Amino acid sequence: MSEIIKKNLSEIIDLIKKKEIKSEELANLYIDKVNKSKKLNSYITTCFEHTIQKSKEFDKKPNLNSLLPGVPLAVKDLFCTDGFKTTAGSKMLENFIPQYESTVTENLWNEGAILLGKLNCDEYAMGSSNETSYFGNVINPIAKDTVPGGSSGGSASALAADLTPATIGTDTGGSIRQPASFTGTVGLKPTYGLCSRWGIVAFASSLDQAGPMTKSVKDCSIMLEAMAGFDKKDSTSIEKRKENYSKNLKTDVKGLKIGIPKEYRVENMPKEIEELWNKGKSILKDLGADIIDISLPHTKYALPTYYIVAPAEASSNLARYDGVKYGYRSSKGNDLIEMYENTRSEGFGDEVKRRILIGTYVLSSGYYDAYYLKAQKVRQLIKKDFDENFGKVDAILTPSTPSSAFKIGEKTNDPISMYLNDIFTVPVNLAGLPAISVPAGLDKKGYPLGLQLIGKTLDEQNILNVAYAFEKNCNFKNEIKNWWL
Amino acid sequence: MNKDVFDYFIKGEKKYEVIIGLEVHAQVSSNSKLFSGSATKFGAEPNSQVSLIDSAFPGMLPVINKECVKQAIRTGLGLNAKINNNSVFDRKNYFYADLPQGYQISQYKNPIVGEGKVLLDMPYGSKEVGIERLHLEQDAGKSIHDVDPLNTYVDLNRSGIALMEIVSKPDLRSPEEVNAYIKKLRTIMRYLGTCDGNMQEGSLRADVNVSVRQVGDKNFGTRCEIKNVNSIKFMQMAIEYEANRQVKLLDEGKKIDQETRLFDTKKNETRSMRSKEDAHDYRYFPDPDLLPLKIEQKLIDDLKKTLPELPDNKKERFMNDYGLNSYEANVLVSEKEISNYYEEVAKLSDKKLAATWMMGDLFAMLNDKGLNISKSPISAKNFAELVQSIKSGEISGRIAKEVFELMVKSGDNPKKIIESKGMKQQSDPKELEKIVNEILTKNKDKVDQYKSGKEKLFGFFVGQVMKQSGGKANPQLTNEILKKLLKG
Repeated sequence: MSEIIKKNLSEIIDLIKKKEIKSEELANLYIDKVNKSKKLNSYITTCFEHTIQKSKEFDKKPNLNSLLPGVPLAVKDLFCTDGFKTTAGSKMLENFIPQYESTVTENLWNEGAILLGKLNCDEYAMGSSNETSYFGNVINPIAKDTVPGGSSGGSASALAADLTPATIGTDTGGSIRQPASFTGTVGLKPTYGLCSRWGIVAFASSLDQAGPMTKSVKDCSIMLEAMAGFDKKDSTSIEKRKENYSKNLKTDVKGLKIGIPKEYRVENMPKEIEELWNKGKSILKDLGADIIDISLPHTKYALPTYYIVAPAEASSNLARYDGVKYGYRSSKGNDLIEMYENTRSEGFGDEVKRRILIGTYVLSSGYYDAYYLKAQKVRQLIKKDFDENFGKVDAILTPSTPSSAFKIGEKTNDPISMYLNDIFTVPVNLAGLPAISVPAGLDKKGYPLGLQLIGKTLDEQNILNVAYAFEKNCNFKNEIKNWWL
Repeated sequence: MNKDVFDYFIKGEKKYEVIIGLEVHAQVSSNSKLFSGSATKFGAEPNSQVSLIDSAFPGMLPVINKECVKQAIRTGLGLNAKINNNSVFDRKNYFYADLPQGYQISQYKNPIVGEGKVLLDMPYGSKEVGIERLHLEQDAGKSIHDVDPLNTYVDLNRSGIALMEIVSKPDLRSPEEVNAYIKKLRTIMRYLGTCDGNMQEGSLRADVNVSVRQVGDKNFGTRCEIKNVNSIKFMQMAIEYEANRQVKLLDEGKKIDQETRLFDTKKNETRSMRSKEDAHDYRYFPDPDLLPLKIEQKLIDDLKKTLPELPDNKKERFMNDYGLNSYEANVLVSEKEISNYYEEVAKLSDKKLAATWMMGDLFAMLNDKGLNISKSPISAKNFAELVQSIKSGEISGRIAKEVFELMVKSGDNPKKIIESKGMKQQSDPKELEKIVNEILTKNKDKVDQYKSGKEKLFGFFVGQVMKQSGGKANPQLTNEILKKLLKG
């Protein structure tokens, strides 16, 4: 197996720029390994003919000034891709081929990247283990009986297994950061509005945000730079100038104030995670950062708030999948209502149905004030917690997840325990802030664990810098042994 | 109805008054839809004006059309209403085949326009109707059930078109007032150019809320909502039927159920569609795809400055500047085109006489031919000349009617017609005296009778002069000369 595809994105870009490898050769290396790695089930769709054709075109007229010159990339199957199946991990969209390209993927192709395929994910991005996908669960390359996390589990698995040099996911409550943490990779959820949502199958509109998943912080800065940008087609997109995250990346964190929120020290948290957190603090302290204890008092309400807001929006966003216009339609039923009922009963999986039911309930008249409205108020308090502390600190350091990767099937019958996985990641989505998960160490089982850095609104550069400095001094090494080949 | 006292009551065992409130859905005049760039032309091929957004494809997002927002603000200003600097778009969730998103984007708690008012001119005086609110929302598509016996077809051309829902206060009290209210709203919106008001094309529809209460009662009765009525006539018929139905129930000691009803235009009756218990739970919540709509005060002020003169102001001006009475002014401002035509005529001729002739012969002719004033066979300039010919005494009113007919047929200038047909009025006193003398000589016996007191015969002499002159004798002058010579 080629050593080249083990490299980071930035190293691969260098090879292309130095003309040491052609785009087509690179594409073939990935295609070869993807073909041999079906056991992981990280890809739902491949489009290798397209990949080869595009890489040949690139090699004929290479534009080496672009950010991702001739780089083959697979993306989460929640991004609509023009002419290629986009399933959102659901039977409902099993055969759906969009006639349009999501803004974020379009941005990647404009920077020279080439689509390799579409990566598995939890159905409509609802899940924390990639076990809700209609196309089967994904396996974490760190160990064959573990989940890769979710919902961007296919992305994390493919990335860690060198089946794509970098990828993108979406993060509604932790769907980028948690799988990054579970697979020893880097994942960043940008400020809400930095990356366009246009063309991404919606889960919860006020929380969904696309972001990069990479093997290194530097790669992460390159990908973010390529995918971010104002889009007038998305009303919640932030109008601002594009930033050069990769050029401005630096390791100097001297004098930066790093907040440590006491509320993230949760009950029954494994000791290893506490230790890892302390390790993170001391690394940053040694680099000259000030470590400051802070309080985010409403943190404990974040999870219940999230599990009201997200299902409420999802229940409405998923109403369009009714069998009338596109996607799955049941052949059973004698009238419109029966067609709806059968289509949605057969087309959606259990977790999606559960969230539609919760969402419909919390929006119902008589319950709206007690649930949805109250959740929106609490959401404001959670945001206020962060706002107040960002007067005192420049970034906040927390664990990414309360545990390392768990076993396949371990939590599938216990939704609450599954939801608890998002406990450290959801507050950030509710507050619309940027956060990055960086690999920080391994637990006793040898499974990776990540730390999360939360930044101020649009302060991606700062958390990338802190993560970069941390990465350089942490000496984390992912030990993936290609056992599935 | 030309009564000068309001008297629309339903007589059951007791005397009831009818309380009516309207929710008018007015299609915004704009080239593209509320949240997408699709065209909005009426009568296009089914599904030819549909974007990925209108058909709710995965990942599609709405972007507000600023022109529609401006149109709503203009309309709000035309209704003397408060424009809200902050408003919110909400999702109204329900399933239907012609609603691709599974929700309608509307405004629920925070509409773009708040309270306002509309003035109605009723025969019994001016009446103010309160506006509760105006909000922007998307139209749904159209389900077509009558093309195929087994299938329903869906046309999404209308899906996503911008509507203004204008909600009145329960201030209307009769079908006549509803008629006046709808027409006034339509006039205002047509003046503003914010809605074409074309009811045949569905640009203006209304949900009608009706309740009854005994005269003197302070509290409102239970109301029923009659959904989606698309002509003024049907609204009036539906109200009439519904009010009587409710009164009958009350007289029988029964309760009125709050419900949504449909008006069956063929049977002329309303029918229950769903009861309050079965009412949809729309699960409204703020649309997370759209930020709250913030409107700068400057935009409102700028739009206010560019607002055209509205019917109420124009009416006042017509009364002050042209000496018209309230009724005349009202009729002449009822449509922008009519008022423009009148102003053109009034500039060139006697203002009061012009109004009389426009509202008489011109309107009768247009009505007869089913023409809009913009298609009038008589130009405003020619019409003004006709009015001036009457005013100057060049032709009599009777001759003017003949000239008018010829103008309609030929489109010619009245001067040309009068001259070529020799229709000029005989106003030369010497010529007239000659004719009068002839008549008096011929009718010596009648002259004697007149002089001995049978003064009724005066009319006979006038008639004879007119006959002799071929109708052209100046009537005023004829009178004078006759009186003078009969005395002598």
